[in-house]
Amino acid sequence: MEGTRRRTSSVLSRLSGFPLCLCASAVGFLLFLSVGLAHAALDGAVVKHLASEDSDEKIAAIQKLGQSGDPQALRVLKAMGEDALFAGGEGAALTVFLREGDKAVDAATGAPLSAEPEGSDAVTINNRIRGELAGAMAALRLFDPDRRSRLAAAKELLAGADDSMAPMLAKARDKETDEQIKGLLVHAHAVATLKAPDMEVRIAAAKALATSGDPNIKTLLLAQSEPANEAESLVRRAAFAAYLEVKSRLDIGETVGRVFTGISLGSILLLAALGLAITYGVMGVINMAHGELLMVGAYATYLIQGLFRSHLPGLLDWYVVAAIPVAFFAAAAVGIVLERTVIRWLYGRPLETLLATWGLSLILIQAARVLFGAQNVELANPSWMAGGIELMPSIVLPWNRIVIIGFSLFVLSLVWVLMNRTRLGMFVRAVTQNRPMAGCVGVPTARIDTLAFGLGAGIAGLGGVALSQIANVGPDMGQGYIVDSFMVVVLGGVGQLAGAVWAALGLGIVTKFIEGWAGAVIAKIVVLVIIIMFIQKRPQGLFALKGRFVES
Amino acid sequence: MQRRNFVKAVTLSVALAAAGFTSLQAQAADTIKVGILHSLSGTMAISETALKETALMTIEEINKAGGVMGKKLEPVVVDPASNWPLFAEKARQLLTQDKVSVVFGCWTSVSRKSVLPVFKELNGLLFYPVQYEGEELEKNVFYTGAAPNQQAIPAVEYLMSKDGGSAKRWVLLGTDYVYPRTTNKILRAFLKSKGVAEADIMEEYTPFGHSDYQTIIAKIKKFASEGKKTAVVSTINGDSNVPFYKELGNAGLKATDVPVVAFSVGEEELRGVDTKPLVGHLAAWNYFQSIKNPENDKFIKMYKDWAVKQKLPKADTVVTNDPMEATYIGIHMWKQAVEKAKTTDVDKVIAAMGGQTFKAPSGFVAKMDEKNHHLHKPVFIGEVKADGQFNVVWKTKGPVKAAPWSPYIPGNDKKKDEPDSK
Repeated sequence: MEGTRRRTSSVLSRLSGFPLCLCASAVGFLLFLSVGLAHAALDGAVVKHLASEDSDEKIAAIQKLGQSGDPQALRVLKAMGEDALFAGGEGAALTVFLREGDKAVDAATGAPLSAEPEGSDAVTINNRIRGELAGAMAALRLFDPDRRSRLAAAKELLAGADDSMAPMLAKARDKETDEQIKGLLVHAHAVATLKAPDMEVRIAAAKALATSGDPNIKTLLLAQSEPANEAESLVRRAAFAAYLEVKSRLDIGETVGRVFTGISLGSILLLAALGLAITYGVMGVINMAHGELLMVGAYATYLIQGLFRSHLPGLLDWYVVAAIPVAFFAAAAVGIVLERTVIRWLYGRPLETLLATWGLSLILIQAARVLFGAQNVELANPSWMAGGIELMPSIVLPWNRIVIIGFSLFVLSLVWVLMNRTRLGMFVRAVTQNRPMAGCVGVPTARIDTLAFGLGAGIAGLGGVALSQIANVGPDMGQGYIVDSFMVVVLGGVGQLAGAVWAALGLGIVTKFIEGWAGAVIAKIVVLVIIIMFIQKRPQGLFALKGRFVES
Repeated sequence: MQRRNFVKAVTLSVALAAAGFTSLQAQAADTIKVGILHSLSGTMAISETALKETALMTIEEINKAGGVMGKKLEPVVVDPASNWPLFAEKARQLLTQDKVSVVFGCWTSVSRKSVLPVFKELNGLLFYPVQYEGEELEKNVFYTGAAPNQQAIPAVEYLMSKDGGSAKRWVLLGTDYVYPRTTNKILRAFLKSKGVAEADIMEEYTPFGHSDYQTIIAKIKKFASEGKKTAVVSTINGDSNVPFYKELGNAGLKATDVPVVAFSVGEEELRGVDTKPLVGHLAAWNYFQSIKNPENDKFIKMYKDWAVKQKLPKADTVVTNDPMEATYIGIHMWKQAVEKAKTTDVDKVIAAMGGQTFKAPSGFVAKMDEKNHHLHKPVFIGEVKADGQFNVVWKTKGPVKAAPWSPYIPGNDKKKDEPDSK
């Protein structure tokens, strides 16, 4: 029983939040309470109307079932919402039934059917009917013992409450013990009484709504504060005051949302650019194949997903975690091979390095086409990365973005520890600062070059894992990130990891603010113009290395 | 030593790059060559690869049934790689080097616009299988996809209807190129003629291959909360659709809240997306895989068998969609026209095309208009189901004649409904 409830509630929560008119089901509330939950079977004629060709007839039947207060009605409506309601036979022999697993159950009586009628077809629904279903189910669930069921129902009702529902909502509100649901019901009750005949009630409703953070309520209050909709100036004043309060809350929310998307974009830029900050920033290799190292990481993730699908389907949700080390070592291996075969011969000759690595990037792209095909490959988000946290009704922070921000912090600290707290990091810094001197004191400079390049490539591979979760994975995917990566490294200041961090975050937030104001196409142009102007003024980037260098 | 390494690297990369573009060059005396010009890599590969497969499958079907006028068809496949100038180059190569009799190809309007001068100059013949913005009527092109009045306008009318949710506010969202811009210009004029105020329309564009839709989804949410029912019309093209729909699902924007109707998203594009959070979002096409009739059953089975035979990636889950159907119709109609004209001569085939009919998988008889180079097609509107298929919620009673010159663009009433005289 508990299991079924949980399932039903998750369905409703998926359907929740529809702004729809529930006026008609208002009466159902009253009936629902008085009749209670004791019904043996549903009205067969009403159930048959669910399978009608006409949307209006279907909706009338749904509303009637919503008013019945019968658990069987809930079962039928739920099945209808999931495309599990079927109809077969003609005229009087028309049978409406549910498919539950491989069993067929009569919709009206709940009794198992011996055989499905011939030529049965699923009852089709459209968005309008889906909305009505959600409303009818919310009415049936407001007093459900399961908390999530009630929460979803309350959210549903907030959107479409009207005057006649007020007593019902007040009762539910007073009975409710859960803070969150109670808050929603207080607002739903206020929305329902906002048009009440009594002026005092209307003022109280407007005042109660001031604590809301729902954009729909903002619109409602604004309408209420206009003389055309509200005759009493006292009510208008209260509604307007409440409107201002809700608006300021929403404005703050919007800014928070933008900063979040900016940080999220920044974290992606950082992951894409961090590897380059090592190979270009620290070692001075202009690596045009950097984007392809991201691609190697993403394809490694894809391969791991495939392995998990065929060998460990139970753990499929965790393939991304397993892909992290694999992608790191795969990309690092490719990077080491590139360094050993091509790049090591070209140190100190940036132009030739640029051309050679560009050629390498073409080779890697074609290799990916040959191995995996030219089309994008599909990577599924694990279920724990789907959905998001709802801060306010207007702001949802998606889990995949939050996870990627956390991941970029993890990678950043990993790089920082490697560069500043390990022997390898010390050698890398020594070699880049003064190669002959480092060689003199016994640092194997050639090997350090290889390892450092491998490290940069491996970090790019980690970036690829993150990108695979939000962007398309295909042979050309690296091309889209190479410009962004160089932008971050150059803007941040060559040779500085901290510079890359600030540049990535700054670029992310600036881009998102301009995007919000002028659109994605203009934002891209404006950001590039800003960077060009900045580099003109300050060619060394945000953070320049201070100190004495052999080369400088 | 160093230089030699460098030269080696470059040579190798060039050699590999060239390998990707090699086309089938085999020669045979008594065959008719047909060109297939679809992007097999880059941002549009998600949509166009399936069209290449459909074309090859249809050609094999025709060859098995005896070919055209006793000659076998010989496909010449090239990959213009989602690169618009490369489309023109490849088209020229097909027409001058390979000397193909007809070309089936292009998806985006920008690629079609890029090859047009080549087809006009060399008097080639192009069959274009995708819905588009209209505003074009070329002698050398047959359009087997939908014009705006066969897709965009009915979709918007449906959303305005009671069953569609009586939408009052509109977000016109697209990729930044000619098709979405023109379609949205037409839709804006149409909405205004229906009394929608300027403030109730929001237009947004993103570059090709855009993958970060957070800001746009947040904007849509905000716009939708400012009162009145809002609907989104999406003309996003290519693989950007995957991140767009992923973000839509994660942000919790449901179809009953703000329905999104797409004009370039079909079964194929949704293969890479978890469609459970997208249930109820819409698409408007002239064909859906879920339509039930004997022609469609045959078409679907033929493609599934083809996928298994060709060992296509994930052959067990292949789907059919509207542009694939349009490709299938186009190739068959061209065959019929060649047989009627008894030659593959471009001008004679063009003359024979008008009035051709074909029993299409959509369940209706598609007819090539006598004059305007477009098909008469039925219109369907479908809602996404949890399994990635579409549930048809609205359809026209029969085929609709295309109006390439939309009446909602000023000056179009003076344009002729046929190509300029030859």
